[in-house]
Amino acid sequence: MKYLISLSLGLLVGAVIFAAGMVYNPFLLDRGLSPLSVSESEIISLNFSGVPADAIVYTNDGNSRLKPFPEKVLQLWEPSIRQTSAMATVMRDARSRTAGIGIKFSSRSERTRLLRGEAIVDSVWYVYLPDHGSLFIEQFENYWTFLREVVLPAWRSSANNWKGTWLGDLTAGPGALGTAAVTGGTGSFDGLKMEGLESLTVTAYSIDHGPVAAEGRLLIEMPDSLDDLEGENLDD
Amino acid sequence: MAGGWPLDGTVLLKTFIVGILLGVAGAAGLLYAFPAIDQHREASVVSVAPNGGNLESFHVNVPMDRILIGSADREKALPAAVDWPADQMFQDIGVELFKIRNARDAVVGVAARTVANAGSSEVIDWVLHLPARGSIFVKMPAEEMQGGFRLGELTGGSREFALLEGSMKERWVPDTSGEEDAPQGRIELLTTFIGDEGSL
Repeated sequence: MKYLISLSLGLLVGAVIFAAGMVYNPFLLDRGLSPLSVSESEIISLNFSGVPADAIVYTNDGNSRLKPFPEKVLQLWEPSIRQTSAMATVMRDARSRTAGIGIKFSSRSERTRLLRGEAIVDSVWYVYLPDHGSLFIEQFENYWTFLREVVLPAWRSSANNWKGTWLGDLTAGPGALGTAAVTGGTGSFDGLKMEGLESLTVTAYSIDHGPVAAEGRLLIEMPDSLDDLEGENLDD
Repeated sequence: MAGGWPLDGTVLLKTFIVGILLGVAGAAGLLYAFPAIDQHREASVVSVAPNGGNLESFHVNVPMDRILIGSADREKALPAAVDWPADQMFQDIGVELFKIRNARDAVVGVAARTVANAGSSEVIDWVLHLPARGSIFVKMPAEEMQGGFRLGELTGGSREFALLEGSMKERWVPDTSGEEDAPQGRIELLTTFIGDEGSL
């Protein structure tokens, strides 16, 4: 009997050691510098609130940490879309002026491999900028670092929240350098193929309500051949 | 007996260490063997077009599948509490979010339909997001064609739609069943996609 207890305790300790190794594994660090931050091409920067309650509308299955907004919005409870969220939000330029509207659909991905530090979300953005046209952004995001450095500390905190400054790139592909694939739709973007990157800055997080203070950012790298984008430069 | 305790303790310690190793290996094995995410899949209802390509039909039951009507006209807004931006640039934009269904009337994804001005004419952009499969971006002119439908081209796609090209028809079909709980009608979306030969 005592051997069985000893073995069980060992199994438990082993599982705990494994979990701790996963969380503190130095080989699963952030990718660091974003490839678009060193680009010499023209970059469009679009900001949006990372707090669901600041969106025009945000919905999911209704049982997640992030609550749908407004309260009576239709929820995505059907089996096929239960792990999906939809958001429509105002996009602002680098000077915080209203630039357009952004719609984001996100679904937890079956490509998630926690063993490799990959908590993957498949997402697409549709962005419409009245002065420029529309964009379709396809990406997969890795939330592993965010979970490790924001959500886990919040969960461990006695107050169930986290405060600090976390800045990270969420986009992990499909581009070879971990960038999103951007396709121009209408207006001056028509026919363009570009690269993009989504990042997030979080300063307060609650286990009960999700992000309390957070700002998201989309960077779109314009093609080199595009000399003059019609209208006002969004990034100036 | 006196010498039995240290021996017993050593075996216990060895059992504990073996337990630790098994615990680490077991946890890693479990995490490897069982996927953290498992998306529910509805079987696709795809038919082959006579002149090549795959046909797939989706639809939106109106009004029950509407998630959002974003419009400057507050009377139309859905949900009622939605705070559509008052900025002038949003006055001519109409955004709708829907759940989308397959030919068997099962919900398979979500979609956005945006109507906006593109220079002198209106353009409709559709984004269909099917969680287990990928996403589709279609843009179409607002003018209806003969037969009461709009025709748009596949402009972008992700995952299983990434290497496809083709078109999508949009058509409004009013309900004629007369049933009490029937929808007002439905938006039919018929996609015709074919593999991009250039990518092969």
